[in-house]
Amino acid sequence: MEWGLRGPAVARRRALRLKLAAIVGFLALWSIVSGAVAALKLFNPIFLPGPWVVLGALVTLAAKGQLWGHVVATLERVAVGFSTGAVLAIGFGLPVGYFRALRNVVEPVVELLRPIPPLAMLPLFIVWVGIGEGSKVGFITYATFFPMFLTTVHAVRHLDPLLVRAAQSLGARPAQLFFRVILPAALPEILTGIRLGVALSFFVIVISEFIGAERGLGYLINDGRNFFLVPQMLGAAVLLGLLGYTGNAIARAAERRFLRWQSPS
Amino acid sequence: MIVRGLAFALILAVWAAVSYGNRAVEFTNPAIVPTPGEVGAVTVAALRDGTLVRNLVTSLVRVLEGFAIAAVAALALGGLAALSAPIRFMLEPVIEFVRPIPPLAFLPMFLVWFGLGETSKVAFIAYTTFFPMFVGVAASVLRVDVMLLRAAATLGATHADLLRRVVLPAALPGIIVALRLGFGLALFVIVGAEFMGADAGLGNLIMEGRTFFNPPQIVMGALVLGLLGSIVNALLLRLERRVLPS
Amino acid sequence: MKIQIAGVGKTFGSGAPALGGIDLEIAEREFVCLLGPSGCGKSTLLNIVAGFLAPTTGRVLVDGSPVTAPGADRGVVFQEYVLFPWLSVAGNVEFGLKLKGLSRAERERTVARYLDLVGLGAHAAKFPTQLSGGMKQRVAIARALANSPSIILMDEPFGALDAQTREVLQDELSRIQRLEHKTIVFVTHSIREAVYLADRVVVMTSAPGRIKQIFEVKLGEVRDRFAPEFTEIESAITRTVKEEVAKVHE
Repeated sequence: MEWGLRGPAVARRRALRLKLAAIVGFLALWSIVSGAVAALKLFNPIFLPGPWVVLGALVTLAAKGQLWGHVVATLERVAVGFSTGAVLAIGFGLPVGYFRALRNVVEPVVELLRPIPPLAMLPLFIVWVGIGEGSKVGFITYATFFPMFLTTVHAVRHLDPLLVRAAQSLGARPAQLFFRVILPAALPEILTGIRLGVALSFFVIVISEFIGAERGLGYLINDGRNFFLVPQMLGAAVLLGLLGYTGNAIARAAERRFLRWQSPS
Repeated sequence: MIVRGLAFALILAVWAAVSYGNRAVEFTNPAIVPTPGEVGAVTVAALRDGTLVRNLVTSLVRVLEGFAIAAVAALALGGLAALSAPIRFMLEPVIEFVRPIPPLAFLPMFLVWFGLGETSKVAFIAYTTFFPMFVGVAASVLRVDVMLLRAAATLGATHADLLRRVVLPAALPGIIVALRLGFGLALFVIVGAEFMGADAGLGNLIMEGRTFFNPPQIVMGALVLGLLGSIVNALLLRLERRVLPS
Repeated sequence: MKIQIAGVGKTFGSGAPALGGIDLEIAEREFVCLLGPSGCGKSTLLNIVAGFLAPTTGRVLVDGSPVTAPGADRGVVFQEYVLFPWLSVAGNVEFGLKLKGLSRAERERTVARYLDLVGLGAHAAKFPTQLSGGMKQRVAIARALANSPSIILMDEPFGALDAQTREVLQDELSRIQRLEHKTIVFVTHSIREAVYLADRVVVMTSAPGRIKQIFEVKLGEVRDRFAPEFTEIESAITRTVKEEVAKVHE
């Protein structure tokens, strides 16, 4: 498209240069502002450490051998909580999407419960399961279940009825129909739901690690707040971003792998 | 409507069966499984002494202020990014760098930077809701069909005409959806923001329920938030249908 | 009789009937075209024979037993192709064979045979998104044939194709039918297409759909679209169809 909102196409190299310049510019601006704050004594410089101080804090934590334990703790909670949520959501979502009678009962109930922000239920989880791993993992499962369940139901419900007809007239029996047509046809949307769930896991793990945890990146942030260790707070936040980014990349790779048929080379 | 009523009755019945049943057989400590009656009593009390309304208003004001700031910024920057390739290429990587960081991870930073007062909560809501709204606005403007622009241009539209008479109406549905999602997100994270260092708001009310071991108060807070969320969502959907004749 | 359609009518919901009582018998190896204006219920009739819809009145017998559900004895080719997008070309053709539990060697042999028959032997590994409309419809035809049904039901199969591709595929279908000898029910609203392919052309009336007239096309197996006899039948059918179209516009 030469003519339109996007304007004339920007050459790849120029686009790349602009993007790199933007990142460098962002880091430079950050450094300059934090340097200026320190030099001009605008406010206490511990509030805004430069990027290198943040990186330094992470390196120091890693050198002391503490960082790894926190990362693993967070990852473990996300992995267990999210995969439990995914298994439950898909396990319930497929039949609920397929059988209308089931859907008519389950859907309105879910629709009524869904507007309650998951975070509002976190204290209840702590009251029920205690402050340990159980409440954190259980909370991620709870928070990720709804969106993944709803996308699964939607996927099964809105698949092309002609696909089902085509398979039936080729002799597909109900079980074959389910595994060979409904599941693969719903897969793209289910995988989108899974990617959403991964993002949501990292979204909510932080706050449950703020509240009574002894390990984990969220703990590191909250601990930093109590002792004004701003570099540690920012470092842990960036690390969480990196983990979330990686999680998203893995989910996308899975989509590309399983959905190669959507845009084969 | 009937279906919703039945679903509501079903949820209430299951909840009552579990909670009163637990009270009868003491499967687990009855105090941690509040009954509908207890939650009702707490709610009535909170309505009588005005705490519920006061906390609700506090939360709503924070959400509205933060959302408004973010919406204005997202509309301006999102529109700019969509209309200018260089600006897009410069904003995109910075946003992609910051966006994967779960917003709640920055919450303590906001408390450190802006103190425990209203500013930190409002700024946090604005920060959190900005990103999805920015992305949504930019995407809806970018998605405007080139053929529509070409058609308008051949009818003699100037650049300003194109923006006002083609781009804006064509992108509006997407923009409105982005704003609605942003508002939903604001209601989602305000709870978390009020868990940490707040002395008022629905999130604080819920946290108080945990601190003073008053589970009915937690459930009340969660239900009020759910109710608020569905009312706001219904209103926004109605507004959407009004603005966008289908 | 291969297919017996006896008093079949269909009414959707509480509306006016879409299909009035249809009586039609189709012989083994016969190629029958259902022709009529849009909304005359010809696709509805096909969907009833396929078992996708239940008739409101009457019944359909295939080999003497009533149709209650779709099945592998009646292959269907849709206007929208309806290939399984997650399966390759070969995977689509193989689909029905896998359901039957045939051995791998047997499946491969059959797939190769039918892909060659429709001229797609070189494209077996491609996915549907990589194919043109004409190629997709060839895959769909191969998929239906490979499953070896005795009946093939085709619902405006070439309706979405451009005029050139359409004629090429008509030629191919005619050639395939000379080899495979299936019983074919073919819905179309192209009169030329019907005369080119069918042994009998069933012209239907507009809503409610009934049979208006049946034309026998005695033109031999290989037909010439420009032969005088061809044009003669074509104009006879055209006159009949025009009366129906005119009624719709009154």
